[in-house]
Amino acid sequence: MAVTGILLVLFLVAHMLGNLKVFTGETSFDHYAHWLRDIGKPLLPGVWFLWILRTALVVAVLGHIWAATVLAVRARAARPVRYAHRKKVQGSYAARTMRWGGVIILLFVIYHLLDLTTGTLNPVGDASNPYGNVVADFAPQRWYVTLFYTLAIVAVGFHLRHGVFSALRSLGQQTPRGERRARTAALVFAVVLCVGYLVVPFAVLTGLVS
Amino acid sequence: MNLTLRIWRQSGPQDKGRMVTYPVDDVSPDMSFLEMLDVLNERLILAGEEPVAFDHDCREGICGMCGLMINGDAHGPQRGTTACQLHMRQFKDGETIDIEPWRARAFPVIKDLVVNRNAFDKIIAAGGYITAPTGSAPEAHAAPVAKANADAAFESAACIGCGACVAACPNGSGMLFTAAKVTQLSLLPQGQPERYTRVIGMVDAHDEAGFGGCTNAGECTAVCPKGIPLNTIGRLNRDYLTATAKRGDTPGS
Repeated sequence: MAVTGILLVLFLVAHMLGNLKVFTGETSFDHYAHWLRDIGKPLLPGVWFLWILRTALVVAVLGHIWAATVLAVRARAARPVRYAHRKKVQGSYAARTMRWGGVIILLFVIYHLLDLTTGTLNPVGDASNPYGNVVADFAPQRWYVTLFYTLAIVAVGFHLRHGVFSALRSLGQQTPRGERRARTAALVFAVVLCVGYLVVPFAVLTGLVS
Repeated sequence: MNLTLRIWRQSGPQDKGRMVTYPVDDVSPDMSFLEMLDVLNERLILAGEEPVAFDHDCREGICGMCGLMINGDAHGPQRGTTACQLHMRQFKDGETIDIEPWRARAFPVIKDLVVNRNAFDKIIAAGGYITAPTGSAPEAHAAPVAKANADAAFESAACIGCGACVAACPNGSGMLFTAAKVTQLSLLPQGQPERYTRVIGMVDAHDEAGFGGCTNAGECTAVCPKGIPLNTIGRLNRDYLTATAKRGDTPGS
């Protein structure tokens, strides 16, 4: 859970930094997007590097889902008779919503790939013009797309708020002071990532990026 | 105080069990929760009914026998308190109180509110001890222990093994108990020789007993009557990672 999670977190950071290039203008953003397909070009032919990266991410996602499923199945088996009177988990909202939050994030990722990678669900869907795709995607009349993206990113934020702390704990974070630091770091990281991702759709929505 | 109790009644391990409602009148706010159940039981016996079975022993909050899910809270609404030390002044007159046994596959119900916690004994038997003959108390300066370690070990040793952590855990995991028992030994010099075989053995016994896996939800520490902190599980994780990387202690390596 922790190791695959950390791999995905590293991807999220890189993806967010790439997204923010939308503020440097159309040429720069498109150049970055095309460069992604060319990384390692002289050494590896074509888009090999990208495919290696994609394979690693798919393995991490599947490993993450597998570990989560094992935990969920064990949790169900560990309590065959339910409580008649059960309070909500007193721990954080984030900890309580990890499983369903994860499912929502998976559905979002599938939609997101169909939208901006394959272009199937994008109003433009022009692979040579990623900037145009993004701008068309978050146009004000398509407010529901922006709303869905916002909800999904907030779900990612909650997932990270508990996930980052939990990963550090699983990997041996063991002191009370370290726990306070780890929880704070997880919260700050989740907020920064949410903001970093959400500024792009909202910049398009408000016309800052067009 | 007049209360309505909804209590889990189950005549034996094979019985399906059900919630049964009992009105209890004239409850003093100064009674402990178990004394209130005693009053109910006396009335049930006088009426020729089967009294409610529940575990209890010292009634001082140190033995770990009592354990009731009260309104969805392990050991009731007051933090850091066992059910026997909980007083009826924590409840309101006319309130309906739901009382259930600990719910876990590893803790099968024996009768009514009594569960079998032998699974904890199996975890202890898998490594929750030291093999060095310690004799009488050693001279205090013979084996120096850092104050921070002594304090953390003492904090873990406060675990009374009541099972509230399992009862409250959304995953039905007994990791806080296991971690407390691992930590109290791994922080002290006497616990070092078996430090890394102990953690593997106890976690394996925990998993075999049918407890769930830990997701660091933190529910256990919120209900723990002894306030065992959640970072205890981090200490177990650290020892477990070291143990899996280290092969020296394993027979045949």
